[in-house]
Amino acid sequence: MAQAQEYAHIGKPRPKVDAMNKSMGITKFTDDIELPRMAFGKLLRSTQAHAKIKNIDVSEAEKLPGVYKVITGHILPIQFGIMPTAEDEHAMATKKVRYVGDPVAAVAAVDEETAEAACELIKVEYEPIDPIFSIEKAVTTSMDAEHRIHEDFGFGGNIHKIVAMEFGDVDGAFEQADFIDEGVYFFEGNTHLPMEQHSAIAHYDGTGKLTMWSATQTPHYVHRALSKVLELPPNKVRIIAPPTGGGFGGKDDPFSHEIAACKLSMLIGRPVKFTLTREEVFYTHRGRHPVLMWCKTGWKNDGTLMGMHFKSFLDGGAHGSYGPASTYYTGALQTVTCKVPAYKFEGVRAFTNKPPCGPKRGHGTPQPRFAVEIVFDKVAERLGIDPIDLRTKNMIDSHSLTVNWLQITTCGLQECLDKVGEASDFKNKHNKLPHGKGVGVAVGSYICGAGLPIYWNDLPHSEVQLQVDRMGTVTAFSGAIDIGQGSDTVLATIVAEVLGLDPSEIQLVTADTDLTPIDLGSYSSRVTMMMGNAAKESAENMRELMLAGVAEHLKVPAERLEMKGGHVWDTENPSEKMTFRKAAELAETHKGLLGSVGSYRPPRKKGSYKGSGVGPSPAYSYSACVAQVDVDPETAEIKVEKIWMAHDIGECINETLVLGQVEGSVYMGLGEALMEEYPYRDKLGTHKIPSMLDYKSPTTKDMPPVETILVKGHEARGPFGAKEVGQGPLLPIMPAIANAVYDAVGVRIDELPITAEKILAAMEQKEKDGPGRIGPDKIPDIEFPPAIKVEPPDEWKGKLSSLE
Amino acid sequence: MDTEKTLLTLHVNGERHELLVPVHKTLLEVLREDMGLTGTKHGCEVGECGTCTVLVDGLPILSCLSLPIENQDQEITTIEGVAQGSEPHPLQSAFTQLGAAQCGYCTPGMILTAKALLDENADPDRETIEEALSGNLCRCTGYLKIFEAVEMAAEQSK
Repeated sequence: MAQAQEYAHIGKPRPKVDAMNKSMGITKFTDDIELPRMAFGKLLRSTQAHAKIKNIDVSEAEKLPGVYKVITGHILPIQFGIMPTAEDEHAMATKKVRYVGDPVAAVAAVDEETAEAACELIKVEYEPIDPIFSIEKAVTTSMDAEHRIHEDFGFGGNIHKIVAMEFGDVDGAFEQADFIDEGVYFFEGNTHLPMEQHSAIAHYDGTGKLTMWSATQTPHYVHRALSKVLELPPNKVRIIAPPTGGGFGGKDDPFSHEIAACKLSMLIGRPVKFTLTREEVFYTHRGRHPVLMWCKTGWKNDGTLMGMHFKSFLDGGAHGSYGPASTYYTGALQTVTCKVPAYKFEGVRAFTNKPPCGPKRGHGTPQPRFAVEIVFDKVAERLGIDPIDLRTKNMIDSHSLTVNWLQITTCGLQECLDKVGEASDFKNKHNKLPHGKGVGVAVGSYICGAGLPIYWNDLPHSEVQLQVDRMGTVTAFSGAIDIGQGSDTVLATIVAEVLGLDPSEIQLVTADTDLTPIDLGSYSSRVTMMMGNAAKESAENMRELMLAGVAEHLKVPAERLEMKGGHVWDTENPSEKMTFRKAAELAETHKGLLGSVGSYRPPRKKGSYKGSGVGPSPAYSYSACVAQVDVDPETAEIKVEKIWMAHDIGECINETLVLGQVEGSVYMGLGEALMEEYPYRDKLGTHKIPSMLDYKSPTTKDMPPVETILVKGHEARGPFGAKEVGQGPLLPIMPAIANAVYDAVGVRIDELPITAEKILAAMEQKEKDGPGRIGPDKIPDIEFPPAIKVEPPDEWKGKLSSLE
Repeated sequence: MDTEKTLLTLHVNGERHELLVPVHKTLLEVLREDMGLTGTKHGCEVGECGTCTVLVDGLPILSCLSLPIENQDQEITTIEGVAQGSEPHPLQSAFTQLGAAQCGYCTPGMILTAKALLDENADPDRETIEEALSGNLCRCTGYLKIFEAVEMAAEQSK
């Protein structure tokens, strides 16, 4: 848009403000911090998947020279969990363990080796309980309280959360449909694998103040959890989040090692550091839920989608974590890319004796997106319609309400789809390439921040404070934590843009609960939208304050003053420009200390049904992807030759960051599509591959060329028109590859990851006149509660009959 | 714990250091814990991710798998030794300019591996760069900006 041309920095490619220090090895991550007299902590973890703890004997461990303290779960009886409705965790297990890797004791010692040796001296007596490893068993086995994984949480049995809701008349829609498509899909779980292992250092000082540095994405939520579990007033707990070496959702929860570090520091009067080993990071997990899905859709012969009924079965692992939200997310966003006149969603999340699942990039939405985009591909083939055209036919409208009451604002999906189709020459390739080569298309959409916070309140979601002093130094205070996505750069760029300075001139104080106002954290792609809006408001308030001060000095109306390029001047006397520093001095002379604030809260959600809190967002980003693959007809070895990705960004705050997020999402999606998985041994429940070597992730040799197309618009709710980019572009990758494999060799791989073994097996099936498909074919036989019937928005009423 | 210690002489970033450290400590641990060179990061500590890469006599090695007692007569370069004083190396400038460092945690290892490549081959093609960096994992960037940064640094070093 022409508007972007007027900005000094917004929309331009620029280096990240923190990149040079990272490139020079100067940036201090949590584990790089060392404090005087610091002790080192280790957690002893369960070797059993499900067992009662009969006894823990720490006496030998306590005697080991160099050990300062050994603690067990009884010293920390208060439960916690990221969501108020799922506070089912203890820092260390008390009565029972629930997965291999569950913490049972913690040691602080003079060094890591001594702490590890002490852990080996702790004797834990277990009484095994029948473990539950599969979603099928978890949702269908009824059992007494003693054998349940959580006897006091959830909906009975091992069901943690079960929901059912219906918008419009789905059965009626299916009756009116010319045909029905029905299928079962499985999205294997995987993990974030941030390069930085989790680390925390706690220091309890002589005044009774506890400070913790932690590699976390959510310092504010960790602050609340620690205050509660340690029974300290919030003003006695300070959380500092140093730059975080990657998160992707894996550092969103309060963790055992954080709480153990704090408690041990309180007991021994020394700083205590815990850095997890890579193996422990696999047990800490909170990764992508394995989700089994059933999708039934009704269609007209002209390709009109009439209704959708979606069921999801989430394998939650041993704790709640974000589970209630994850469950709803597997049903929330099906409706934001296509018009669905009638929609029913049933979802269930079960506890299993495996490391807890949680939010990973796209949180609960990549799984259903995988299923839905394959459905579109199958239906397009059945109807003989190009898969791009079928999506176009059912395209969601900008500025509309979905049938489940989500408010769509700007939607650039059609343009994304068109551009990615043109760039890849999709229509000339699809169904037309030689056997073994294929193209697939898929779309996706993601929220620009969750509309509701994790704990219920009406407070702002992000706040930014600015200070300008007489030297012209501008300092921005924000609780937002930079996990690599570039939140520091977004903050500096927006403040600089409004104050007419360079981003490098803005001093940043971030993610420190003593010094910075609240930001809820780096999750749900919320930071640019929410912190960005708060920063803009704060900077505009500062500009107004400074100009009012300068105007008083110059005795001219403030409206006549301009602030740009490091200067302030009277537009009617432009030859006499003063520096920003001079303006700051004059403004302080007249106004006193120059401070300003900005707050952001998302617009109120439209729906009022139970569960309507998950899905609403100030805006939705859209992405479309074409993948081109080569599948060896003999060995089924699959190679992704190229990815075309178009993303509806609104406006870029920084184009370098946006391109980086798109490419990073493509990369992570490729890993999920082709290789990443989280397998366990059947009988023991031990993770088969808790190492970076065996957990396959894409290397430099696996990365195909990516052609990124940014579809620009102006999202009125975003700062300078911006929308999210960190998560959305991951969503269409996996189904685009599945669809491309079908185009290449004619087999459907309806479960992830899509490996050569699965393609080969499907090809062999097909040769023997079998279905040529790998994927699940049934779902657990359970009864969902009666669906909450939600009246759709007015525009959807009578929609079905109009389609007759 | 009581452990046998040994006197080590290491040459790191052009400086000579004498240290008394337990014999079994890895080069990674000695650099970070005994010398305060925390620019060298770790992602697995068992030789799988490339994050802890340093240069020994100009060749990239995994410091988590090296015992420094073996490196006493060799020249060790860590990320702190790559810049000329406060002047960044062309690789550091290129990584910054192009957004090749997102979270920045793998960046020191990537830059050192790339430096070893460029010192050996001033004008590597894309495939050579991919091959050289294939032992260094990055979870943020998708590697593409890293490839471009290595190419830019090669160009600027000409």
